[in-house]
Amino acid sequence: MKKLTDLEYLRLNTVQRLWYNIVQFFLGIPQWFVNLGKTIVSKVVAFFVGIKNEMVDIVTTFTKGSWKTKVSFLVMGFGNIARGQVMRGLLFLAFEAVFIVYMVTTGGYWLSKFRTLGDVPPGEVYNEILDTYVRVNGDDSFKILLYGLLTILFIIAFIYTWRLNVKQNRISEEILASGKKLKSGKDDLRSVLDDQFHKTLLALPITGIIVFTVIPIIFMILVAFTNYDGAHDGYSNLFTWIGWDNFNELISSSSSDANLSYTFGEILSWTLMWAFFATFTNYFLGMLVAILINKKGIKFKKLWRGILVLTIAVPQFVSLLYVSKLFDTNGVVNAMLLKFGIIDQAIRFWENTTTARILVIVVNIWVGIPYLMLVSTGILMNIPQDLYESSKIDGASVWQQYMKITLPYMLFVTGPYLLTQFIGNINNFNVIYLLTNGRPASPDLVTSGGSATTTDLLVTWLFNITTGATSNYKLAAVIAIMIFIVVAGLSLIVYNVIPSTRNEEDYS
Amino acid sequence: MSKNKPHLGMRAKSTISNTVIYVILVLMSIIWLTPFVCILLESFRIESTGRVGYIIPKQWGFDNYINLWTKTNFPIWFRNTFVIALAVAVLQTLIVLSVSYVLSRIRFNGRKLLMNTCLVLGMFPGFVTMIVLYKVLSGFGLTGANSVPGLILVYCASSGMGYYVSKGFFDTIPKSLDEAARVDGATRFQVFYKVIMPLSKPIVIYTILTAFMAPWGDFMFAKYISHGTEAGMNVAVGLQYWISSKTLISTNYTMFCAGGVCVALPVTILFMCLQKYYVEGVTGGAVKG
Repeated sequence: MKKLTDLEYLRLNTVQRLWYNIVQFFLGIPQWFVNLGKTIVSKVVAFFVGIKNEMVDIVTTFTKGSWKTKVSFLVMGFGNIARGQVMRGLLFLAFEAVFIVYMVTTGGYWLSKFRTLGDVPPGEVYNEILDTYVRVNGDDSFKILLYGLLTILFIIAFIYTWRLNVKQNRISEEILASGKKLKSGKDDLRSVLDDQFHKTLLALPITGIIVFTVIPIIFMILVAFTNYDGAHDGYSNLFTWIGWDNFNELISSSSSDANLSYTFGEILSWTLMWAFFATFTNYFLGMLVAILINKKGIKFKKLWRGILVLTIAVPQFVSLLYVSKLFDTNGVVNAMLLKFGIIDQAIRFWENTTTARILVIVVNIWVGIPYLMLVSTGILMNIPQDLYESSKIDGASVWQQYMKITLPYMLFVTGPYLLTQFIGNINNFNVIYLLTNGRPASPDLVTSGGSATTTDLLVTWLFNITTGATSNYKLAAVIAIMIFIVVAGLSLIVYNVIPSTRNEEDYS
Repeated sequence: MSKNKPHLGMRAKSTISNTVIYVILVLMSIIWLTPFVCILLESFRIESTGRVGYIIPKQWGFDNYINLWTKTNFPIWFRNTFVIALAVAVLQTLIVLSVSYVLSRIRFNGRKLLMNTCLVLGMFPGFVTMIVLYKVLSGFGLTGANSVPGLILVYCASSGMGYYVSKGFFDTIPKSLDEAARVDGATRFQVFYKVIMPLSKPIVIYTILTAFMAPWGDFMFAKYISHGTEAGMNVAVGLQYWISSKTLISTNYTMFCAGGVCVALPVTILFMCLQKYYVEGVTGGAVKG
């Protein structure tokens, strides 16, 4: 398909535009990879050039600097203290002291073990006083992996701080050379609420993110390359690096009995299917409900909305658990149907893969319509009413109005939101876990291993193997990386295809 | 359609379509309300504590509620959840508002990097951080029976990544206000505290509301961190535990219903009161993405 000019593009209708964008995206993939390659090369080059510049800068700072600066290369913060910035200097010095003490006492040990993740298994030693064999602890692979990682991050932080210390010396020298005064400790304190206010506000949140998200995620990525699981807990039985084995097991169909690639394929395809249906049924039905309620001449709008909003207000677990029990084989729904003679035998909603999957999607519609109704109501009200009036005069039917005005507008405005919803549904733990807990089991999935069941999403599978008896952390880590790849890939595609990605500054 | 009376035809048509819509809306209301009515009715049943094939109790009474609050661990679960929800509402609101204010207002080195990092981190399923966090938290004794502070930490620590909605709100407040205040000599802190905050009531309430409601429904983290210890459970985990096995469900089912009502009631009332702000928040969030 040839590239259209802007004018030709504008003549297309929404569906054609979307189709055009999708085709263009896939045609553009080779070029995209070429560009990606170029970007990576240029980034790598820029990185090394940057390092070279840093080196040159460090060397010139040293050679041209005064003795105060030179001492600062070894004793961090010396230059600051000597030039009167005592507070800054002491902070630098304290950091260096802590770093050295840490590296000498424990850091070195963790680093030395990091390559093998421990080589001393726990053993038993004869104790003469007790006259029995007593367990002695060996290495703990978990701790080695964790502290090793922390030590590496600490070293990086130290190098960064050291560089900062060197840079400060140069800047101070320049400022003094030009005859100005350096900032005092008081100025520093004042700037905390002013020029540097963003650092003050961000300090705590970013620390939280680093400690509770960044480090755990790096750790998890490392775990994906080890054989860490319940059998190799790192304490009674060491675990170690095994390279890409976990990934191979999950992707390529191996010849062994446990065929995880089959399990993974099944779960992944159901996850995507679920996310697709859950997102789009909610989206269109929610929009429809909003349109119905918004229609002119409909009374008690607040009442209708209020009833639906009740589902949002009641904590999800209450309604989901209750509904799950309603549809149980001996739940109320079956009892009612039996009583009125509509069926002869109880329907096993949750024990048949197809009915369970359909029911999960249906219940999710029940859960999701209110949100989408609220969202669409707000957006629908923003559509200029004269569009509808003029189209009515031109003889457009309600359906035509919907297809030509409402839908394009909604899609344009909520494009990114749809993506967020889709991703949210890929990771929709509550609905699946509380309704079915992944059941029913299927014989195929039992033989293929990984203890997954048929309505499991990747995320509930991940939860179950992490918390379950096998504690299969290595597999959980690989699944998490797979989820990341799926989500990142989708986001990349969607942001390249939909027309409504726009500039952040537009709102300012 | 006769040309003399076009309005009558239109009116008749719209009456029919309105009637159809009313029928649909009434049916929908019934479908949406039924589970809540059912759970309420079943919570008053005293002739059997298990599941029966009908909804309307044969004998009514408050036994389930009394047992719930006096003979079970439910009060502990309720207190745990309430404490967590309060703490999270305060801390998370502070964190989210700081981050979104900074990202919306101040242009500094590394701002784009920070936002992109948050975006990428958000693509990992949050639960995997638990592989290591659980071990670390249990090392500090913050799991099992003591899981309340542990859960508060887990919920709040990374909440800075959820800045999107409120940043979108701050972006709509004109920057000229900040600049005017800066010219008049206000520090950035004063701008934040005296200019932006008073204008941001809707988003502050939205943030507090969502932060307060989330712990009531969280299951994943709460279940893993409490690790089967009843003293450390929240209401979601505790009530799910009651109906998770055939033996438990036959003795605890009506109490589960009563518990569900007790949890839903305060949260629902709060939500309904602040609904306006919630609607503003979700709509704004959807439009600004």
